[in-house]
Amino acid sequence: MSDVYNALIVGIGGQGVVLASNVLGEACLAEGRTVRCSETHGMAQRGGSVESHVRINGRYSPLIPPGQADLLISFELLEALRYRHYLKPEGTFVVNEYLVVPTSVYVQRLPVPQKDELLEQLRGDRFYLIDAQALAKEAGSPLTQNIVMVGAASTHLPLAITSLHEGIKRWVPAKTLEMNLKAFDLGRAATTR
Amino acid sequence: MSRRYVLGNEAIAHACLEAGVDFVSGYPGTPSSEIIETLIRFKPSFHVEWSVNEKVALENALGASWTGVRTLVTMKHVGLNVAADPLMTSAYTGVKGGCVIVSADDPFAHSSQNEQDSRCYAKFAKLPCLDPCSVQDAHDMLRDAFSLSEELGLPVLFRPTTRICHQKSDVELGEVATEHRKGSFQKNPQQFVVIPAHTRVLHRRLNEKQPLVKETLARRGYFSTDLKGKDAVIASGIAAAYAREILPPGTSFIRIGAYPIDERWLRDVITAHERVLVMEELDPMVEEAVRQVAGSTIVHGKLDGMVPSEGELSLPLTYRALTAAGFINATDVPLAPVPAQGVPVRPPIMCAGCMHRATFFAMKKVFKDGIYPSDIGCYTLGLQLGAVDTCICMGASITIGSGIYHAGETHPIVCTIGDSTFLHTGIPGLMNAVYNGASMVVVILDNRTTAMTGHQPHPATGSTALGGETPPVSLEAICRACGVQYVETVDPYDLPTLTAAFQRAAEYTGVRVVIARQPCVIIARRAGIQRQRYMVDPERCTACGLCVRFGCPAIETTDEITTITDLCSGCGVCAQICPQGAIMREART
Repeated sequence: MSDVYNALIVGIGGQGVVLASNVLGEACLAEGRTVRCSETHGMAQRGGSVESHVRINGRYSPLIPPGQADLLISFELLEALRYRHYLKPEGTFVVNEYLVVPTSVYVQRLPVPQKDELLEQLRGDRFYLIDAQALAKEAGSPLTQNIVMVGAASTHLPLAITSLHEGIKRWVPAKTLEMNLKAFDLGRAATTR
Repeated sequence: MSRRYVLGNEAIAHACLEAGVDFVSGYPGTPSSEIIETLIRFKPSFHVEWSVNEKVALENALGASWTGVRTLVTMKHVGLNVAADPLMTSAYTGVKGGCVIVSADDPFAHSSQNEQDSRCYAKFAKLPCLDPCSVQDAHDMLRDAFSLSEELGLPVLFRPTTRICHQKSDVELGEVATEHRKGSFQKNPQQFVVIPAHTRVLHRRLNEKQPLVKETLARRGYFSTDLKGKDAVIASGIAAAYAREILPPGTSFIRIGAYPIDERWLRDVITAHERVLVMEELDPMVEEAVRQVAGSTIVHGKLDGMVPSEGELSLPLTYRALTAAGFINATDVPLAPVPAQGVPVRPPIMCAGCMHRATFFAMKKVFKDGIYPSDIGCYTLGLQLGAVDTCICMGASITIGSGIYHAGETHPIVCTIGDSTFLHTGIPGLMNAVYNGASMVVVILDNRTTAMTGHQPHPATGSTALGGETPPVSLEAICRACGVQYVETVDPYDLPTLTAAFQRAAEYTGVRVVIARQPCVIIARRAGIQRQRYMVDPERCTACGLCVRFGCPAIETTDEITTITDLCSGCGVCAQICPQGAIMREART
């Protein structure tokens, strides 16, 4: 299974994690690769922590074991920390500079996590911090944040840009395609400069 | 034929289309719901329904199947409990048109109240059961399950698990069938009327059929072997995928894809090995069969503690079992890093503007020392607000409450149950409560949909699965017909009125029903309903924390400063809670 490339995408229900993983899965199909993906559905989606495992060239397990992700894309800082142990020591970590404090923290009056402290814990080799919100706004809509993140991660994925574009075309609403392709480019530029 | 990237449940739905399914029924339940939703997207020319509950769904399908058409019934594992009554005897009567019952299991109880194993029901009912190990496998098995059902004259139980249903993969799909059957019922009381004289004969025939069932499953290739050495892994379902991925070289692999297993075949393959490790999720079904025929072969699995008996399996747990069985060395197992500690949890939560939150708030305010039996739906999340004291299965709020009342409990009993759940199995409990003289308040949380499973319509919504208009059932009329004298309907966004309704209800005895009605915020947003957002006036806010404890995800507070984020859906309930009047509608810009 040495040719399997494991990409884990995490975030919060409603951020478009599943759609982002669909783009990767569709790109695999465009390249004639096998792919196995496992998603969070149902009750867990209600604003909860969400994960989508994409195993490019995968044939059997749809789940990535801890310590085996080549790439971890996180749409949020706390989720980045929650799932960091899935990353291989030499893995790539692409993180959205965006913090959503769980409501339970306020209700239970727990210490509110701070952005700076989280970043300090997260930073390391091959760590890329993306301001997806700003780039998505630049692309035309904050709703394109998930595609900004796919674009940012694309420099590390073993998938061709044309294939990822195919994936975007297949999964975003037709009238938002142009905006999403721009979001992809802006994200990609953020990790290549 | 086309290669597509699809969800397990979509592949299952497509397989039904390829097989020319003619009739589909089911009740939503994670992880099974997307099967019928996918079929609906295909705008089918045949009958597709969301039934009131699983028993109704299965009986509908049986009736259709007895006319010769191909039928599919879908539900989650616990739904099969509700459908168990027709299921058990459907094996006696058998079917004419192929009848496939999908019961989706949920190891680890991701979205469920238990981890029961549907394969046990197949054994109990003496029905064949299919157990897919991948999305492609699920597709291929289901496509062929209709002809299997027709060949045996029996319903077929199809049992995927969460990791099959909610897995996406590249899948080879076939052509959608264009021909459909038209049903015609041929009277045959000896088969379809199970009076004792008939059922005794039917039972004998069912038993006589069992060897044929095993033979047929084997002939159709649901048991496969890759024989290599003295050690073997024998696996079923998603556990087979994990085992295949990390199978040590020189180890045999035996895959079980269906039940019942042919014992002679099993004895031959097991006894050809010195040691076998059985990998399966949930109950040790395969393992028990293996142990019966193992002879001197050493068997490892759940029963000797090498494989966990609860939860779901995974690659790490498969490594652990292989190591424990001595099939690999501990040094062959990849190291797993330790998760970060102290990360605040982010459990699922009721949405900003959810009507349940407001209802629970008022309920707890009026019935401070109340006991709160609840039910299954988004509102079970009310546990986080201290508003849910019991939850066991669909429809068991009013019934559990009745039991607590009749046992002598003197605190007020306030049950909560959703609209879809009330129609599913809540009504008999309500009728029983009135009939047998219980005293309690029943709150029907009527958000006009089956929200948690993805917003499926139900009989009170006025819309069918395929979007057709239908006369909506009146919850008020049902309650009154059950004998409830006190029925009041309120808008939960109107906190003073809601609170007053609870206070009025508290003054009466007997069964009182308060219906809190407001469409689910997700549905409202999709329907284009826009409400002006709310904001906090920092001048007036005294940081008392009352709004924060309300628990709405749109309300944040840092350093004594409370703000309302753009998650706000404009329900306005927090503004009614604030004692300072510091929360107000945002000015239009």
